[in-house]
Amino acid sequence: MSDPTHAAVRRETEDPMSSQHDPIVTPSRPVAAAGAAAGQPQHLARSVTVERLNAWYGDQHSIKDLTLSFAPNQATALIGPSGSGKSTVVRCINRMHEEIPGARASGRILLDDTDVYAPGVDVVAVRRAIGMVFQKPNPFPTMSIFDNVAAGLRLTARKVGHDQVESALRGAGLWEEVKDRLGKPGIGLSGGQQQRLCIARALAVEPDVLLMDEPASALDPISTLKIEELVQQMKSRVTIVIVTHNMQQAARVADQTAFLLDGELVEVGATEKIFTNPDDSRTEEYVTGKFG
Amino acid sequence: MSSLAFAPVSGRRRRTDKIARGMVALLTGVALVPLVLILYYLVKQGIGAISLDFFTTDPTGSFLGDPGGIKSAIVGTVLMVALATAVAVPVGVGVAIWLVEFGRASKLAHAVRYFIDVMTGVPSIVFGLFVYITLVIGNVGGSSFAAWKGATAVALLMLPIVTRSAEVVLLLVPNALREAAYALGAPRWKVVFRIVLPTALPGIVTGVLLAIARAAGETAPLLFTAAAVNATAFNYNDSMNSLPMLIFKNVGQAQDRLVTIAWGAALTLVAMILMLTLLARLIQRRSRLS
Repeated sequence: MSDPTHAAVRRETEDPMSSQHDPIVTPSRPVAAAGAAAGQPQHLARSVTVERLNAWYGDQHSIKDLTLSFAPNQATALIGPSGSGKSTVVRCINRMHEEIPGARASGRILLDDTDVYAPGVDVVAVRRAIGMVFQKPNPFPTMSIFDNVAAGLRLTARKVGHDQVESALRGAGLWEEVKDRLGKPGIGLSGGQQQRLCIARALAVEPDVLLMDEPASALDPISTLKIEELVQQMKSRVTIVIVTHNMQQAARVADQTAFLLDGELVEVGATEKIFTNPDDSRTEEYVTGKFG
Repeated sequence: MSSLAFAPVSGRRRRTDKIARGMVALLTGVALVPLVLILYYLVKQGIGAISLDFFTTDPTGSFLGDPGGIKSAIVGTVLMVALATAVAVPVGVGVAIWLVEFGRASKLAHAVRYFIDVMTGVPSIVFGLFVYITLVIGNVGGSSFAAWKGATAVALLMLPIVTRSAEVVLLLVPNALREAAYALGAPRWKVVFRIVLPTALPGIVTGVLLAIARAAGETAPLLFTAAAVNATAFNYNDSMNSLPMLIFKNVGQAQDRLVTIAWGAALTLVAMILMLTLLARLIQRRSRLS
Protein backbone atom coordinates (compact mmCIF):
# COMPACT_ATOMS: atom_id res chain seq x y z
CA MET A 1 0.00 0.00 0.00
CA SER A 2 1.72 3.09 -1.24
CA ASP A 3 -0.24 6.03 0.11
CA PRO A 4 -2.99 5.42 2.62
CA THR A 5 -3.78 9.11 2.97
CA HIS A 6 -4.56 9.33 -0.68
CA ALA A 7 -6.82 6.29 -0.47
CA ALA A 8 -8.82 7.74 2.37
CA VAL A 9 -9.29 11.04 0.59
CA ARG A 10 -10.47 9.30 -2.55
CA ARG A 11 -12.98 7.35 -0.55
CA GLU A 12 -14.40 10.45 0.98
CA THR A 13 -14.79 12.30 -2.27
CA GLU A 14 -16.37 9.45 -4.14
CA ASP A 15 -18.73 8.42 -1.42
CA PRO A 16 -19.84 11.63 0.18
CA MET A 17 -22.75 9.96 1.98
CA SER A 18 -20.54 7.79 4.06
CA SER A 19 -18.64 9.88 6.55
CA GLN A 20 -21.36 12.18 7.85
CA HIS A 21 -24.29 9.88 8.26
CA ASP A 22 -23.18 6.39 8.93
CA PRO A 23 -20.53 5.70 11.53
CA ILE A 24 -19.96 2.23 10.10
CA VAL A 25 -18.50 3.50 6.86
CA THR A 26 -16.42 6.28 8.32
CA PRO A 27 -13.21 6.23 6.34
CA SER A 28 -10.45 4.47 8.13
CA ARG A 29 -8.05 6.84 9.80
CA PRO A 30 -4.66 7.00 8.18
CA VAL A 31 -1.76 7.22 10.56
CA ALA A 32 -0.03 10.55 10.13
CA ALA A 33 3.49 9.22 9.85
CA ALA A 34 3.52 8.15 6.23
CA GLY A 35 6.95 6.54 6.33
CA ALA A 36 5.81 3.98 8.83
CA ALA A 37 8.62 1.79 9.99
CA ALA A 38 8.34 -1.96 9.64
CA GLY A 39 5.89 -3.47 12.06
CA GLN A 40 4.16 -0.18 12.64
CA PRO A 41 0.60 0.08 11.37
CA GLN A 42 0.28 1.82 8.03
CA HIS A 43 -3.19 2.69 9.01
CA LEU A 44 -4.97 2.20 12.24
CA ALA A 45 -7.72 -0.34 11.77
CA ARG A 46 -10.70 -0.63 14.08
CA SER A 47 -11.29 -2.96 16.98
CA VAL A 48 -14.10 -5.47 17.22
CA THR A 49 -15.82 -6.30 20.48
CA VAL A 50 -18.25 -9.18 20.77
CA GLU A 51 -20.54 -8.82 23.77
CA ARG A 52 -22.80 -11.60 25.03
CA LEU A 53 -23.29 -13.05 21.58
CA ASN A 54 -25.85 -15.82 21.20
CA ALA A 55 -26.52 -17.44 17.87
CA TRP A 56 -28.95 -20.05 16.70
CA TYR A 57 -29.53 -22.19 13.63
CA GLY A 58 -33.23 -22.93 13.96
CA ASP A 59 -33.51 -24.51 17.42
CA GLN A 60 -29.84 -25.29 17.68
CA HIS A 61 -28.11 -22.90 20.08
CA SER A 62 -24.64 -22.64 18.53
CA ILE A 63 -23.04 -19.70 20.33
CA LYS A 64 -23.67 -19.24 24.03
CA ASP A 65 -23.08 -15.89 25.68
CA LEU A 66 -19.75 -15.28 24.04
CA THR A 67 -17.78 -12.16 24.93
CA LEU A 68 -14.50 -11.54 23.18
CA SER A 69 -12.58 -8.57 21.83
CA PHE A 70 -10.17 -8.17 18.96
CA ALA A 71 -7.58 -5.41 19.18
CA PRO A 72 -6.89 -3.20 16.16
CA ASN A 73 -4.08 -4.30 13.81
CA GLN A 74 -3.75 -7.59 15.65
CA ALA A 75 -4.41 -11.12 14.47
CA THR A 76 -6.64 -13.28 16.63
CA ALA A 77 -6.96 -17.00 15.99
CA LEU A 78 -10.14 -18.86 16.87
CA ILE A 79 -9.40 -22.49 17.58
CA GLY A 80 -11.60 -25.36 18.67
CA PRO A 81 -12.95 -28.68 17.45
CA SER A 82 -15.45 -28.96 14.60
CA GLY A 83 -18.85 -27.63 15.59
CA SER A 84 -17.49 -25.45 18.36
CA GLY A 85 -18.91 -22.35 16.67
CA LYS A 86 -15.73 -20.70 15.37
CA SER A 87 -17.15 -20.05 11.91
CA THR A 88 -20.46 -18.91 13.34
CA VAL A 89 -18.73 -16.27 15.45
CA VAL A 90 -16.93 -14.88 12.40
CA ARG A 91 -20.09 -14.97 10.32
CA CYS A 92 -21.91 -13.05 13.05
CA ILE A 93 -19.28 -10.31 13.03
CA ASN A 94 -20.03 -9.23 9.46
CA ARG A 95 -23.66 -10.31 9.69
CA MET A 96 -23.33 -13.10 7.13
CA HIS A 97 -24.93 -15.39 9.69
CA GLU A 98 -28.37 -13.96 8.96
CA GLU A 99 -28.10 -14.95 5.27
CA ILE A 100 -28.79 -18.55 6.29
CA PRO A 101 -32.52 -19.31 6.47
CA GLY A 102 -33.59 -19.90 10.05
CA ALA A 103 -30.44 -18.44 11.56
CA ARG A 104 -30.57 -15.62 14.13
CA ALA A 105 -28.34 -13.94 16.65
CA SER A 106 -28.57 -11.69 19.69
CA GLY A 107 -26.06 -9.62 21.62
CA ARG A 108 -23.83 -6.76 20.59
CA ILE A 109 -20.92 -6.62 18.20
CA LEU A 110 -19.08 -3.34 18.31
CA LEU A 111 -16.88 -2.00 15.56
CA ASP A 112 -14.89 0.49 17.64
CA ASP A 113 -17.98 1.72 19.48
CA THR A 114 -20.73 1.25 16.89
CA ASP A 115 -23.01 -1.75 17.28
CA VAL A 116 -23.30 -3.47 13.91
CA TYR A 117 -26.58 -5.03 15.06
CA ALA A 118 -28.13 -1.72 16.14
CA PRO A 119 -31.46 -0.95 14.46
CA GLY A 120 -31.05 1.18 11.37
CA VAL A 121 -27.53 0.00 10.63
CA ASP A 122 -27.15 -0.90 6.97
CA VAL A 123 -25.90 -4.46 6.70
CA VAL A 124 -24.22 -3.56 3.42
CA ALA A 125 -22.17 -0.88 5.16
CA VAL A 126 -21.15 -3.38 7.85
CA ARG A 127 -19.83 -5.79 5.26
CA ARG A 128 -17.89 -3.07 3.48
CA ALA A 129 -16.08 -2.34 6.71
CA ILE A 130 -15.60 -5.99 7.66
CA GLY A 131 -14.28 -8.11 4.82
CA MET A 132 -14.27 -11.88 4.66
CA VAL A 133 -12.23 -14.67 3.11
CA PHE A 134 -13.82 -18.09 2.87
CA GLN A 135 -12.56 -21.62 3.33
CA LYS A 136 -12.70 -22.48 -0.35
CA PRO A 137 -11.37 -19.95 -2.84
CA ASN A 138 -14.41 -18.47 -4.58
CA PRO A 139 -13.36 -16.06 -7.32
CA PHE A 140 -16.16 -14.97 -9.62
CA PRO A 141 -15.96 -17.39 -12.57
CA THR A 142 -17.19 -14.93 -15.19
CA MET A 143 -14.58 -12.31 -14.34
CA SER A 144 -10.93 -11.69 -15.17
CA ILE A 145 -8.29 -11.35 -12.45
CA PHE A 146 -8.56 -7.56 -12.64
CA ASP A 147 -12.36 -7.59 -12.53
CA ASN A 148 -12.36 -9.96 -9.58
CA VAL A 149 -10.30 -7.54 -7.54
CA ALA A 150 -12.37 -4.61 -8.81
CA ALA A 151 -15.64 -6.45 -8.12
CA GLY A 152 -15.98 -5.36 -4.52
CA LEU A 153 -15.63 -1.70 -5.44
CA ARG A 154 -17.87 -1.98 -8.48
CA LEU A 155 -20.53 -3.89 -6.58
CA THR A 156 -20.59 -1.10 -4.03
CA ALA A 157 -20.89 1.59 -6.69
CA ARG A 158 -17.42 3.00 -6.53
CA LYS A 159 -15.07 3.78 -9.35
CA VAL A 160 -12.05 1.55 -9.76
CA GLY A 161 -8.62 2.68 -10.79
CA HIS A 162 -5.72 0.51 -11.83
CA ASP A 163 -3.82 1.70 -8.76
CA GLN A 164 -6.38 0.31 -6.36
CA VAL A 165 -6.31 -3.09 -8.04
CA GLU A 166 -2.54 -3.12 -8.05
CA SER A 167 -2.39 -2.08 -4.41
CA ALA A 168 -4.84 -4.82 -3.41
CA LEU A 169 -2.98 -7.45 -5.42
CA ARG A 170 0.33 -6.34 -3.90
CA GLY A 171 -1.29 -6.50 -0.48
CA ALA A 172 -2.26 -10.09 -1.21
CA GLY A 173 1.22 -10.92 -2.51
CA LEU A 174 -0.15 -11.80 -5.92
CA TRP A 175 0.87 -8.82 -8.04
CA GLU A 176 4.17 -10.19 -9.34
CA GLU A 177 2.51 -13.46 -10.37
CA VAL A 178 -0.44 -11.99 -12.25
CA LYS A 179 0.59 -8.53 -13.43
CA ASP A 180 1.04 -9.75 -17.02
CA ARG A 181 -2.29 -11.52 -17.21
CA LEU A 182 -4.78 -9.32 -15.42
CA GLY A 183 -7.28 -9.89 -18.22
CA LYS A 184 -7.21 -13.68 -17.88
CA PRO A 185 -10.03 -15.46 -16.01
CA GLY A 186 -9.63 -15.62 -12.25
CA ILE A 187 -10.51 -19.29 -12.16
CA GLY A 188 -7.49 -20.07 -14.34
CA LEU A 189 -5.22 -19.53 -11.33
CA SER A 190 -4.04 -22.28 -8.98
CA GLY A 191 -5.94 -22.90 -5.74
CA GLY A 192 -3.48 -20.92 -3.62
CA GLN A 193 -3.42 -18.07 -6.09
CA GLN A 194 -7.21 -18.06 -6.22
CA GLN A 195 -7.33 -17.72 -2.45
CA ARG A 196 -4.88 -14.81 -2.56
CA LEU A 197 -7.03 -13.33 -5.32
CA CYS A 198 -9.98 -13.54 -2.95
CA ILE A 199 -7.88 -11.85 -0.27
CA ALA A 200 -7.00 -9.10 -2.75
CA ARG A 201 -10.69 -8.78 -3.60
CA ALA A 202 -11.50 -8.33 0.09
CA LEU A 203 -8.61 -5.85 0.63
CA ALA A 204 -9.60 -3.74 -2.36
CA VAL A 205 -12.67 -2.43 -0.54
CA GLU A 206 -10.28 -1.20 2.17
CA PRO A 207 -11.99 -2.85 5.11
CA ASP A 208 -10.99 -2.26 8.71
CA VAL A 209 -11.38 -5.87 9.69
CA LEU A 210 -10.66 -9.03 7.73
CA LEU A 211 -12.36 -12.25 8.76
CA MET A 212 -10.65 -15.40 7.52
CA ASP A 213 -12.65 -18.60 7.85
CA GLU A 214 -10.10 -21.41 7.59
CA PRO A 215 -8.48 -19.66 4.63
CA ALA A 216 -5.76 -22.25 4.11
CA SER A 217 -7.53 -25.51 4.86
CA ALA A 218 -8.12 -26.26 1.16
CA LEU A 219 -4.56 -25.36 0.15
CA ASP A 220 -1.22 -27.11 -0.17
CA PRO A 221 1.56 -26.43 2.41
CA ILE A 222 3.43 -23.87 0.28
CA SER A 223 0.27 -21.89 -0.42
CA THR A 224 -0.63 -22.15 3.25
CA LEU A 225 2.72 -20.66 4.18
CA LYS A 226 2.13 -17.75 1.80
CA ILE A 227 -1.26 -17.07 3.37
CA GLU A 228 0.33 -17.11 6.82
CA GLU A 229 3.00 -14.63 5.73
CA LEU A 230 0.20 -12.48 4.33
CA VAL A 231 -1.61 -12.47 7.65
CA GLN A 232 1.53 -11.03 9.26
CA GLN A 233 1.84 -8.35 6.58
CA MET A 234 -1.82 -7.46 6.45
CA LYS A 235 -1.90 -6.59 10.12
CA SER A 236 -0.51 -3.22 9.12
CA ARG A 237 -3.77 -2.55 7.27
CA VAL A 238 -6.51 -4.49 9.03
CA THR A 239 -7.60 -6.23 12.19
CA ILE A 240 -7.57 -9.96 11.50
CA VAL A 241 -9.74 -12.73 12.88
CA ILE A 242 -8.66 -16.11 11.59
CA VAL A 243 -10.47 -19.38 12.16
CA THR A 244 -8.21 -22.38 11.94
CA HIS A 245 -8.12 -26.07 12.61
CA ASN A 246 -4.39 -26.05 12.43
CA MET A 247 -2.86 -25.27 15.81
CA GLN A 248 0.62 -24.70 14.47
CA GLN A 249 -0.92 -22.14 12.17
CA ALA A 250 -2.59 -20.37 15.07
CA ALA A 251 0.71 -20.39 16.96
CA ARG A 252 2.55 -18.98 13.94
CA VAL A 253 0.24 -16.16 12.91
CA ALA A 254 -1.82 -15.02 15.86
CA ASP A 255 -1.07 -12.44 18.53
CA GLN A 256 -4.07 -13.58 20.51
CA THR A 257 -5.78 -16.97 20.53
CA ALA A 258 -9.27 -17.87 21.68
CA PHE A 259 -10.31 -21.45 22.36
CA LEU A 260 -13.97 -22.29 21.78
CA LEU A 261 -15.79 -25.43 22.82
CA ASP A 262 -19.46 -26.21 22.18
CA GLY A 263 -20.27 -22.60 21.41
CA GLU A 264 -18.66 -21.24 24.55
CA LEU A 265 -15.44 -19.35 25.03
CA VAL A 266 -13.17 -21.48 27.19
CA GLU A 267 -10.16 -19.23 27.24
CA VAL A 268 -8.62 -16.30 25.45
CA GLY A 269 -5.16 -14.85 25.85
CA ALA A 270 -1.82 -14.15 24.26
CA THR A 271 -1.06 -16.93 21.80
CA GLU A 272 2.13 -17.92 23.61
CA LYS A 273 0.29 -18.31 26.87
CA ILE A 274 -2.55 -20.35 25.34
CA PHE A 275 -0.09 -22.78 23.79
CA THR A 276 2.38 -23.04 26.65
CA ASN A 277 0.64 -22.28 29.88
CA PRO A 278 -3.16 -22.18 29.51
CA ASP A 279 -5.34 -21.60 32.56
CA ASP A 280 -8.03 -24.09 31.63
CA SER A 281 -7.31 -27.80 31.55
CA ARG A 282 -9.58 -28.26 28.50
CA THR A 283 -7.48 -25.78 26.56
CA GLU A 284 -4.35 -27.65 27.51
CA GLU A 285 -5.84 -30.96 26.44
CA TYR A 286 -6.93 -29.50 23.11
CA VAL A 287 -3.69 -27.74 22.22
CA THR A 288 -1.64 -30.77 23.18
CA GLY A 289 -3.79 -32.94 20.94
CA LYS A 290 -5.55 -35.01 23.59
CA PHE A 291 -8.91 -34.46 21.88
CA GLY A 292 -10.51 -32.68 18.92
CA MET B 1 -1.25 -64.60 -12.54
CA SER B 2 -3.73 -62.29 -10.98
CA SER B 3 -6.71 -64.29 -12.24
CA LEU B 4 -5.74 -67.03 -9.82
CA ALA B 5 -6.30 -64.69 -6.90
CA PHE B 6 -9.91 -64.02 -7.88
CA ALA B 7 -12.66 -66.44 -8.81
CA PRO B 8 -13.33 -66.37 -12.57
CA VAL B 9 -16.55 -64.72 -13.76
CA SER B 10 -19.23 -67.41 -13.79
CA GLY B 11 -20.93 -68.48 -17.02
CA ARG B 12 -24.28 -67.36 -15.70
CA ARG B 13 -23.03 -63.84 -15.06
CA ARG B 14 -21.52 -63.74 -18.52
CA ARG B 15 -24.85 -64.76 -20.09
CA THR B 16 -26.86 -62.28 -18.01
CA ASP B 17 -24.47 -59.54 -19.03
CA LYS B 18 -24.81 -60.44 -22.73
CA ILE B 19 -28.60 -60.51 -22.56
CA ALA B 20 -28.78 -57.18 -20.70
CA ARG B 21 -26.44 -55.50 -23.15
CA GLY B 22 -28.38 -56.95 -26.07
CA MET B 23 -31.68 -55.69 -24.68
CA VAL B 24 -30.60 -52.08 -24.21
CA ALA B 25 -28.92 -52.05 -27.63
CA LEU B 26 -32.13 -53.38 -29.19
CA LEU B 27 -34.28 -50.77 -27.43
CA THR B 28 -31.95 -48.01 -28.56
CA GLY B 29 -32.29 -49.32 -32.11
CA VAL B 30 -36.09 -49.34 -31.83
CA ALA B 31 -36.08 -45.74 -30.62
CA LEU B 32 -33.84 -44.68 -33.47
CA VAL B 33 -36.02 -46.18 -36.21
CA PRO B 34 -38.76 -43.52 -36.25
CA LEU B 35 -36.24 -40.70 -35.77
CA VAL B 36 -34.23 -41.79 -38.77
CA LEU B 37 -37.38 -42.45 -40.82
CA ILE B 38 -38.72 -38.96 -40.10
CA LEU B 39 -35.52 -37.33 -41.25
CA TYR B 40 -35.35 -39.65 -44.28
CA TYR B 41 -38.90 -38.85 -45.45
CA LEU B 42 -38.46 -35.15 -44.78
CA VAL B 43 -35.42 -35.00 -47.01
CA LYS B 44 -36.79 -37.39 -49.62
CA GLN B 45 -40.14 -35.61 -50.01
CA GLY B 46 -39.06 -32.07 -49.29
CA ILE B 47 -35.77 -31.71 -51.13
CA GLY B 48 -37.57 -31.51 -54.46
CA ALA B 49 -39.34 -28.32 -53.41
CA ILE B 50 -36.19 -26.53 -52.30
CA SER B 51 -34.86 -23.86 -54.62
CA LEU B 52 -33.94 -20.22 -54.30
CA ASP B 53 -37.43 -19.19 -55.47
CA PHE B 54 -38.93 -21.40 -52.78
CA PHE B 55 -37.50 -19.10 -50.11
CA THR B 56 -37.97 -15.79 -51.89
CA THR B 57 -41.56 -15.89 -53.17
CA ASP B 58 -44.86 -15.88 -51.35
CA PRO B 59 -47.38 -18.69 -51.77
CA THR B 60 -49.79 -17.83 -54.59
CA GLY B 61 -52.78 -19.75 -53.26
CA SER B 62 -53.29 -21.09 -56.75
CA PHE B 63 -54.54 -24.68 -56.82
CA LEU B 64 -53.75 -25.53 -60.42
CA GLY B 65 -51.06 -23.02 -61.33
CA ASP B 66 -47.68 -22.20 -59.78
CA PRO B 67 -47.97 -22.66 -55.98
CA GLY B 68 -45.20 -20.17 -55.24
CA GLY B 69 -42.76 -20.38 -52.30
CA ILE B 70 -42.89 -20.06 -48.52
CA LYS B 71 -41.36 -16.63 -47.90
CA SER B 72 -44.34 -15.25 -45.99
CA ALA B 73 -44.38 -18.30 -43.72
CA ILE B 74 -40.68 -18.01 -42.84
CA VAL B 75 -40.97 -14.27 -42.19
CA GLY B 76 -44.15 -14.77 -40.15
CA THR B 77 -42.68 -17.52 -38.01
CA VAL B 78 -39.55 -15.48 -37.32
CA LEU B 79 -41.55 -12.34 -36.49
CA MET B 80 -44.07 -14.03 -34.23
CA VAL B 81 -41.52 -16.17 -32.41
CA ALA B 82 -39.33 -13.08 -31.97
CA LEU B 83 -42.18 -11.15 -30.36
CA ALA B 84 -43.14 -14.14 -28.20
CA THR B 85 -39.50 -14.52 -27.10
CA ALA B 86 -39.23 -10.83 -26.29
CA VAL B 87 -42.21 -11.21 -23.97
CA ALA B 88 -41.65 -14.68 -22.51
CA VAL B 89 -37.92 -14.46 -21.77
CA PRO B 90 -37.83 -11.42 -19.46
CA VAL B 91 -40.95 -12.59 -17.64
CA GLY B 92 -39.79 -16.20 -17.40
CA VAL B 93 -36.27 -15.33 -16.24
CA GLY B 94 -37.76 -12.82 -13.81
CA VAL B 95 -39.98 -15.49 -12.29
CA ALA B 96 -37.01 -17.86 -12.06
CA ILE B 97 -34.90 -15.21 -10.29
CA TRP B 98 -37.70 -14.58 -7.85
CA LEU B 99 -38.12 -18.30 -7.18
CA VAL B 100 -34.42 -18.96 -6.59
CA GLU B 101 -33.20 -15.75 -4.97
CA PHE B 102 -36.21 -14.46 -3.10
CA GLY B 103 -39.15 -16.86 -2.92
CA ARG B 104 -36.98 -19.89 -2.12
CA ALA B 105 -39.00 -22.31 0.02
CA SER B 106 -41.90 -19.98 0.85
CA LYS B 107 -45.48 -21.12 0.38
CA LEU B 108 -46.00 -18.67 -2.46
CA ALA B 109 -42.90 -19.98 -4.23
CA HIS B 110 -44.20 -23.54 -3.94
CA ALA B 111 -47.56 -22.44 -5.36
CA VAL B 112 -45.86 -20.63 -8.25
CA ARG B 113 -43.72 -23.68 -9.01
CA TYR B 114 -46.82 -25.87 -8.99
CA PHE B 115 -48.68 -23.60 -11.42
CA ILE B 116 -45.70 -23.47 -13.73
CA ASP B 117 -45.61 -27.26 -13.77
CA VAL B 118 -49.30 -27.32 -14.59
CA MET B 119 -48.74 -24.78 -17.36
CA THR B 120 -45.98 -26.94 -18.83
CA GLY B 121 -48.50 -29.72 -19.21
CA VAL B 122 -51.25 -27.62 -20.76
CA PRO B 123 -51.81 -28.68 -24.40
CA SER B 124 -50.76 -25.92 -26.77
CA ILE B 125 -54.19 -25.73 -28.37
CA VAL B 126 -55.57 -24.58 -25.03
CA PHE B 127 -53.32 -21.52 -25.15
CA GLY B 128 -54.64 -20.88 -28.65
CA LEU B 129 -58.22 -21.23 -27.45
CA PHE B 130 -57.58 -18.93 -24.50
CA VAL B 131 -56.20 -16.20 -26.75
CA TYR B 132 -59.02 -16.81 -29.25
CA ILE B 133 -61.66 -16.25 -26.60
CA THR B 134 -60.00 -13.34 -24.84
CA LEU B 135 -58.39 -11.44 -27.70
CA VAL B 136 -59.66 -12.63 -31.10
CA ILE B 137 -63.42 -12.79 -30.56
CA GLY B 138 -63.47 -9.39 -28.89
CA ASN B 139 -61.53 -7.85 -31.79
CA VAL B 140 -59.04 -6.47 -29.28
CA GLY B 141 -56.80 -3.96 -31.04
CA GLY B 142 -59.24 -3.49 -33.89
CA SER B 143 -58.63 -6.77 -35.70
CA SER B 144 -59.79 -10.30 -35.19
CA PHE B 145 -56.88 -12.50 -36.25
CA ALA B 146 -53.54 -10.81 -35.66
CA ALA B 147 -49.91 -11.79 -35.44
CA TRP B 148 -49.47 -10.31 -31.97
CA LYS B 149 -52.29 -12.51 -30.72
CA GLY B 150 -50.55 -15.54 -32.19
CA ALA B 151 -47.34 -14.38 -30.55
CA THR B 152 -49.20 -14.06 -27.24
CA ALA B 153 -50.34 -17.66 -27.43
CA VAL B 154 -46.81 -18.77 -28.31
CA ALA B 155 -45.38 -16.69 -25.44
CA LEU B 156 -47.76 -18.39 -23.00
CA LEU B 157 -46.47 -21.70 -24.27
CA MET B 158 -42.82 -20.64 -23.88
CA LEU B 159 -43.18 -19.07 -20.45
CA PRO B 160 -43.14 -22.24 -18.31
CA ILE B 161 -40.33 -23.78 -20.37
CA VAL B 162 -38.15 -20.69 -19.97
CA THR B 163 -38.96 -20.36 -16.27
CA ARG B 164 -38.24 -23.95 -15.38
CA SER B 165 -34.99 -24.17 -17.34
CA ALA B 166 -33.77 -20.84 -15.95
CA GLU B 167 -34.64 -21.90 -12.41
CA VAL B 168 -32.60 -25.08 -12.74
CA VAL B 169 -29.58 -23.16 -14.01
CA LEU B 170 -29.84 -20.46 -11.33
CA LEU B 171 -29.89 -23.18 -8.69
CA LEU B 172 -26.62 -24.48 -10.13
CA VAL B 173 -24.83 -21.20 -9.36
CA PRO B 174 -22.72 -22.04 -6.31
CA ASN B 175 -23.86 -20.36 -3.10
CA ALA B 176 -20.22 -19.54 -2.38
CA LEU B 177 -20.36 -16.91 -5.13
CA ARG B 178 -23.40 -15.24 -3.60
CA GLU B 179 -21.72 -15.29 -0.18
CA ALA B 180 -18.53 -13.83 -1.61
CA ALA B 181 -20.49 -10.97 -3.13
CA TYR B 182 -22.55 -10.36 0.00
CA ALA B 183 -19.37 -10.35 2.08
CA LEU B 184 -17.98 -7.60 -0.15
CA GLY B 185 -20.95 -5.48 0.82
CA ALA B 186 -22.89 -5.88 -2.41
CA PRO B 187 -26.61 -5.17 -2.21
CA ARG B 188 -28.86 -8.06 -3.09
CA TRP B 189 -30.04 -6.87 -6.50
CA LYS B 190 -26.45 -6.33 -7.58
CA VAL B 191 -25.50 -9.82 -6.46
CA VAL B 192 -28.32 -11.12 -8.68
CA PHE B 193 -27.56 -8.98 -11.72
CA ARG B 194 -23.78 -8.79 -11.59
CA ILE B 195 -22.82 -12.17 -10.18
CA VAL B 196 -25.61 -14.75 -10.38
CA LEU B 197 -27.09 -13.90 -13.79
CA PRO B 198 -23.77 -13.61 -15.68
CA THR B 199 -22.66 -16.94 -14.21
CA ALA B 200 -25.92 -18.61 -15.23
CA LEU B 201 -26.22 -16.84 -18.57
CA PRO B 202 -25.06 -19.61 -20.94
CA GLY B 203 -27.48 -22.05 -19.34
CA ILE B 204 -30.34 -19.58 -19.49
CA VAL B 205 -29.65 -18.89 -23.17
CA THR B 206 -29.66 -22.62 -23.86
CA GLY B 207 -33.07 -22.96 -22.19
CA VAL B 208 -34.41 -20.01 -24.15
CA LEU B 209 -33.18 -21.43 -27.46
CA LEU B 210 -34.81 -24.77 -26.70
CA ALA B 211 -38.06 -22.97 -25.83
CA ILE B 212 -37.86 -21.09 -29.14
CA ALA B 213 -37.24 -24.32 -31.01
CA ARG B 214 -40.29 -25.83 -29.37
CA ALA B 215 -42.45 -22.77 -30.03
CA ALA B 216 -41.44 -22.33 -33.67
CA GLY B 217 -42.97 -25.66 -34.56
CA GLU B 218 -46.31 -25.19 -32.83
CA THR B 219 -49.39 -25.01 -35.06
CA ALA B 220 -52.16 -25.12 -32.51
CA PRO B 221 -51.59 -21.75 -30.81
CA LEU B 222 -51.61 -20.03 -34.23
CA LEU B 223 -54.56 -21.89 -35.72
CA PHE B 224 -57.19 -19.46 -34.56
CA THR B 225 -55.06 -16.51 -33.47
CA ALA B 226 -52.81 -15.47 -36.36
CA ALA B 227 -54.61 -17.53 -39.04
CA ALA B 228 -52.88 -18.12 -42.36
CA VAL B 229 -52.47 -15.78 -45.28
CA ASN B 230 -50.40 -15.87 -48.44
CA ALA B 231 -48.76 -12.48 -48.54
CA THR B 232 -45.79 -11.52 -46.43
CA ALA B 233 -46.93 -9.26 -43.61
CA PHE B 234 -44.86 -7.14 -41.28
CA ASN B 235 -47.73 -5.60 -39.33
CA TYR B 236 -48.29 -7.37 -36.03
CA ASN B 237 -51.92 -6.28 -36.10
CA ASP B 238 -52.60 -8.23 -39.32
CA SER B 239 -52.94 -11.92 -39.91
CA MET B 240 -49.57 -13.49 -40.52
CA ASN B 241 -48.47 -16.68 -42.19
CA SER B 242 -46.26 -19.20 -40.41
CA LEU B 243 -44.44 -22.39 -41.31
CA PRO B 244 -46.56 -24.76 -39.21
CA MET B 245 -49.78 -23.19 -40.54
CA LEU B 246 -48.57 -23.40 -44.13
CA ILE B 247 -47.71 -27.07 -43.66
CA PHE B 248 -51.07 -27.70 -42.02
CA LYS B 249 -52.93 -26.01 -44.89
CA ASN B 250 -51.03 -27.56 -47.77
CA VAL B 251 -50.46 -31.13 -46.72
CA GLY B 252 -54.14 -32.09 -47.02
CA GLN B 253 -54.60 -30.66 -50.52
CA ALA B 254 -55.44 -32.98 -53.41
CA GLN B 255 -52.63 -31.47 -55.42
CA ASP B 256 -49.16 -33.02 -55.37
CA ARG B 257 -47.35 -29.74 -55.90
CA LEU B 258 -48.94 -28.28 -52.74
CA VAL B 259 -48.09 -31.39 -50.75
CA THR B 260 -44.49 -31.07 -51.90
CA ILE B 261 -44.53 -27.44 -50.73
CA ALA B 262 -45.66 -28.69 -47.30
CA TRP B 263 -42.77 -31.17 -47.16
CA GLY B 264 -40.33 -28.50 -48.26
CA ALA B 265 -41.64 -26.16 -45.56
CA ALA B 266 -41.36 -28.95 -42.99
CA LEU B 267 -37.76 -29.58 -44.01
CA THR B 268 -37.05 -25.85 -43.71
CA LEU B 269 -38.61 -25.70 -40.26
CA VAL B 270 -36.67 -28.72 -39.03
CA ALA B 271 -33.46 -27.27 -40.42
CA MET B 272 -34.10 -23.97 -38.63
CA ILE B 273 -34.81 -25.73 -35.35
CA LEU B 274 -31.78 -27.97 -35.80
CA MET B 275 -29.60 -24.90 -36.15
CA LEU B 276 -31.07 -23.40 -32.99
CA THR B 277 -30.46 -26.62 -31.09
CA LEU B 278 -26.88 -26.78 -32.31
CA LEU B 279 -26.38 -23.20 -31.18
CA ALA B 280 -27.83 -24.12 -27.79
CA ARG B 281 -25.38 -27.03 -27.57
CA LEU B 282 -22.45 -24.80 -28.43
CA ILE B 283 -23.40 -22.26 -25.80
CA GLN B 284 -23.95 -25.00 -23.23
CA ARG B 285 -20.49 -26.36 -23.91
CA ARG B 286 -18.94 -22.99 -23.15
CA SER B 287 -20.86 -22.74 -19.90
CA ARG B 288 -18.78 -22.56 -16.74
CA LEU B 289 -21.38 -24.40 -14.70
CA SER B 290 -21.98 -28.13 -14.42
